Amino acid sequence: MEAYISLFVKAVFIENLALSFFLGMCTFIAVSKKISTAMGLGVAVMVVQAITVPANNIVYHSLLKEDALSWMGIKGVDLSFLALLSCIGMIAALVQILEMILDKFFPALYHALGVFLPLITVNCAILGGSLFMIERDYNFGESVTYGVGSGLGWALAITVMAGVREKLKYSDIPAGLQGLGITFITAGLMSLGFMAFSGIQL
Amino acid sequence: MSAVLNDETKKVLTTPLVNDNPITLQVLGICSALAVTSQMSTSLIMALALTLVTAFSSAAISAIRNHIPSSIRIIVQMTIIASLVIVVDQILKAFAYEISKQLSVFVGLIITNCIVMGRAEGYAMKNPPLESFMDGIGNGLGYSLILIIVAFFRETLGSGKLLGVEVFKLTKDGGWYDPNGLMLLPPSAFFIIGLIIWGVRQWKPNQVEKVEFKIMPIAHGEGGHH
Repeated sequence: MEAYISLFVKAVFIENLALSFFLGMCTFIAVSKKISTAMGLGVAVMVVQAITVPANNIVYHSLLKEDALSWMGIKGVDLSFLALLSCIGMIAALVQILEMILDKFFPALYHALGVFLPLITVNCAILGGSLFMIERDYNFGESVTYGVGSGLGWALAITVMAGVREKLKYSDIPAGLQGLGITFITAGLMSLGFMAFSGIQL
Repeated sequence: MSAVLNDETKKVLTTPLVNDNPITLQVLGICSALAVTSQMSTSLIMALALTLVTAFSSAAISAIRNHIPSSIRIIVQMTIIASLVIVVDQILKAFAYEISKQLSVFVGLIITNCIVMGRAEGYAMKNPPLESFMDGIGNGLGYSLILIIVAFFRETLGSGKLLGVEVFKLTKDGGWYDPNGLMLLPPSAFFIIGLIIWGVRQWKPNQVEKVEFKIMPIAHGEGGHH
């Protein structure tokens, strides 16, 4: 149990997907102008991440990994090079299904997230989470923890960023730094802040 | 060569370098631009990989653009891009294993790199293959340019080396340069890109974004006296 807790804390703070691996940066910069939209997107990413990482884990371990097909009596087959294709296919399909389920059963939530759901397919944080899961060889339990934790970390980062930017628009910034430039510098400062967590021993 | 490179092609090839740079102006493909730049060698490989994938995927998508039903075009584009990325990934694993280990998941993340998707969706779906190919190369080069600049500063200032060759002699080897460890850490990439954007926008003022709120200068000589 302790191992799971430390993995969770590590995924949220120390190895924050947005601020220490720079994943999902395009959306992170583009959609962080208002706290409410940023939070909506953050929640959507968290939900999708919590579903896709374990799902990809099952597919990888039961179909693609070296000798994974031995339960069908096929030995010595290594399909792990297909992992990239299967991961992105899985993500695209799951996002589509999630969109339909939300539309049918939770219309209020669907309208709140609506615009962001299709965007999530091309968010590198989602694919990155699955690829890290494969690279670090997590088992199923760890993949669930990692999925929820890394999604939460990303959501946290983008919400904080939006909070800073809402205040920032009233400040006097040199013309050339206006908008994108100052956003990068802010993200750098936030990343410095998050690095303080890396001293924590778990 | 001059017959192949007519004016349109030349324009497509050179505007993404500064005037319409994918990173500093279009805000695309930032994730990997930040993550792989702590060393020059990894950035060069990454830049090359991305340029090739963008060029060939744009060409392929543009070649079949009239046959793709628009409702499933994203999936079709993604399959083409993912297949190309798998090829690149396998080649790197075979011939440059060390670098492919250092790049870790970032080669795979070319699939979701917004530059590739953005060019496929924004340019290749409307233009013939050759121009799309050139557009891919041009945007790849624009991306490479930023990557190389960032990697240059991060590696020389952070470890006193460039491509593994010593540039500044470090104090621990009896030299004069004390490496700036911050340059090897994630935040420095944000700062350097932020400063590059500032520099580019000072040079090309038409790229400056509009301000939402303008702070009024304090009017002198009015009010304040009772």
